[in-house]
Amino acid sequence: AQVTVRDALNMALDEEITRDEKVVLLGEEVGAYHGAYKVSKGLFAKHGEKRVIDTPITEAGFAGIAVGAALNGMRPICEFMTFNFAMQAIDHLINSAAKTLYMSTGILQCPIVFRGPNGASAGVGAQHSQCFAAWYSHCPGLKVISPYSAEDCKGLLKAAIRDDNPVVFLENELMYGVSFDMSEEAMSDDFVLPIGKAKIEREGSDFTLVAHSRAVGTSLDAAEQLQKEGISCEVINLNTIRPLDTETIINSVKKTNRVITVEQGWPQSGVGAEICAVIMESEAFDYLDAPVLRVTGADIPTPYAASLEPHCFPVAENVIRSVKHSLNMK
Amino acid sequence: YARAASFEVSPYKGFKLDELPSTTVEIEKDEMMSMLHDMLIIRRIETQAAAAYRTRMIRGFLHLYSGQEAICVGMRAAMDSNDSVCNAYRVHGWAYSLGCSPMSILAELYGRKDGASRGKGGSMHFYTPRLFGGNGIVGAQGPVGAGIAWAHRYRDEKNVCITLYGDGAANQGQIFEAYNIAKLWNIPCIFVCENNKYGMGTHDYRSSGNREYYTRGDYVPGIWVNGMDVLAVKEATAFAKDFAIENGPIVMEMETYRYHGHSMSDPDTTYRTRDDIKNMRTNHDPIISLRQRILDAGFASEEELKSMEKEARKIVEEAHKEAEASPEPELSEIATNVILDKPFTARGCDVLTSFSA
Repeated sequence: AQVTVRDALNMALDEEITRDEKVVLLGEEVGAYHGAYKVSKGLFAKHGEKRVIDTPITEAGFAGIAVGAALNGMRPICEFMTFNFAMQAIDHLINSAAKTLYMSTGILQCPIVFRGPNGASAGVGAQHSQCFAAWYSHCPGLKVISPYSAEDCKGLLKAAIRDDNPVVFLENELMYGVSFDMSEEAMSDDFVLPIGKAKIEREGSDFTLVAHSRAVGTSLDAAEQLQKEGISCEVINLNTIRPLDTETIINSVKKTNRVITVEQGWPQSGVGAEICAVIMESEAFDYLDAPVLRVTGADIPTPYAASLEPHCFPVAENVIRSVKHSLNMK
Repeated sequence: YARAASFEVSPYKGFKLDELPSTTVEIEKDEMMSMLHDMLIIRRIETQAAAAYRTRMIRGFLHLYSGQEAICVGMRAAMDSNDSVCNAYRVHGWAYSLGCSPMSILAELYGRKDGASRGKGGSMHFYTPRLFGGNGIVGAQGPVGAGIAWAHRYRDEKNVCITLYGDGAANQGQIFEAYNIAKLWNIPCIFVCENNKYGMGTHDYRSSGNREYYTRGDYVPGIWVNGMDVLAVKEATAFAKDFAIENGPIVMEMETYRYHGHSMSDPDTTYRTRDDIKNMRTNHDPIISLRQRILDAGFASEEELKSMEKEARKIVEEAHKEAEASPEPELSEIATNVILDKPFTARGCDVLTSFSA
């Protein structure tokens, strides 16, 4: 069946709220308004205000309350209207959620999911357009998921909700309305994908493109076009940023000997930078025929103007150009 | 000797409350003796910790609770075993009150294997199944404590979370966010401002636009309590617990005083005088006043109390010896409880080093 990312996320929430009474969804406008991006549409009417809870617009307050509830036996899903606003609450994600298991030597656990749209949106300016994957992936104690397709979104959100660790689940606003074919298996209530496992979206022999979230689509577009020129690209969809599936990346490097990372986030200290370091520090380095190159968001706060904004986020052409540069092609 | 007696305790001040707790408190001898015992143990633990800090057995920050013991002991006396506590970092007294042994507290401060967090938490991070820290970020425990209380309500338990912060943290924005949501969702959270007058070295008249902390919930009712009077603390907490389960959040201000500096690195003489501290120690000490009440009620003789003091000293001395003899944690402990997944491997500081759990 063709299912949008939004509906796949909605299915995952609905199924998990039904499955476990400890699971609640809270956040700004998740209830009566059906979610600012309609991801929680229908859930308030179906599950009631005890399970689907509207909060005031006070991120530090409700994120901290969600963490406290998780420490005391509930399994909250804390929605941020966008991850830009989660900056107001980042202390609770890092200091209250991610570290308590360690500091308490296992006396307390924090099974919580922080989720919401992340990354560049369209025409909303600098404060509402940025990717936080690298920020959260920096921190031990957290799991960080950045899924691509409808199937990934459903299977991984369900896995995140069932996980006993704090999970940051980064959706992409521009992907909500995109439809994907979903298998019968993925439509079932029991469909769960493993956290920490990358997916090879397309097999190839000449080049490895490693991407997450929307940049997977960019990479697949580039691979399609490069195939016409006789260059075969393998596309890895990371799905999870922490723990990073280094094995899948390294195995692919051994096969193709060339790598480009593709992401929407900024270059410095980014996910691509981390992948470069992983390759440099592993046996994969000996298999490289050329330096790893990064395709990233431009190192600039996002501009508003329609003439400028497209220059800040990678498209297939950036990937193609980088591939050809690596191969010394014109 | 008498088995029970009633005492007139310090009067309360209320905010948006129709009634206040009773100022006449009935109490049994055994409970009063046990309160004195606990306060003495906490005072000794803190004195021992201060000494160990000076000999560099304790690293980092050390925030001592001496002077404030009546709050944790009095509040614990009004809690049941399923009530929760979420606190800031001046937490040793609470750790003891909620079940950490003196040895496990000192061993934690010394960074030893037998510490309450196996040496991985330190002074600011104590936990038991009902003590949710020990939080090191000023004000962050406000919403977390409200969330803990929310989980009690969600499960229809008749329990509260006692969420404590100081007069410094009382000005943090997220405390007000927590009040607001707690009120909206009818959360049984007792917000407790332990007003010891100083946020680090800044007197509260220089930090707080309204120093009547029990009124700062605005639409959340409040009560002021003399935090040096353990019986008033107990009575007011029992009242607040009933109120919170019935009506939602309440703010308690416990007026108190700390004898040590904010932490051990505090100069402690630039913002208050030695005479100020001496006056509080001599005339308002919570242990001295409880002791006097016990004598006045005929619950115990001077000799018996002296012997209890000696006993407390001995318990903590032995706890210190045992803690000091406890080994440092094994290196294998370094990567346990980073995340629940097994097997788990963390990268060390170089490419040749990793740690597994």
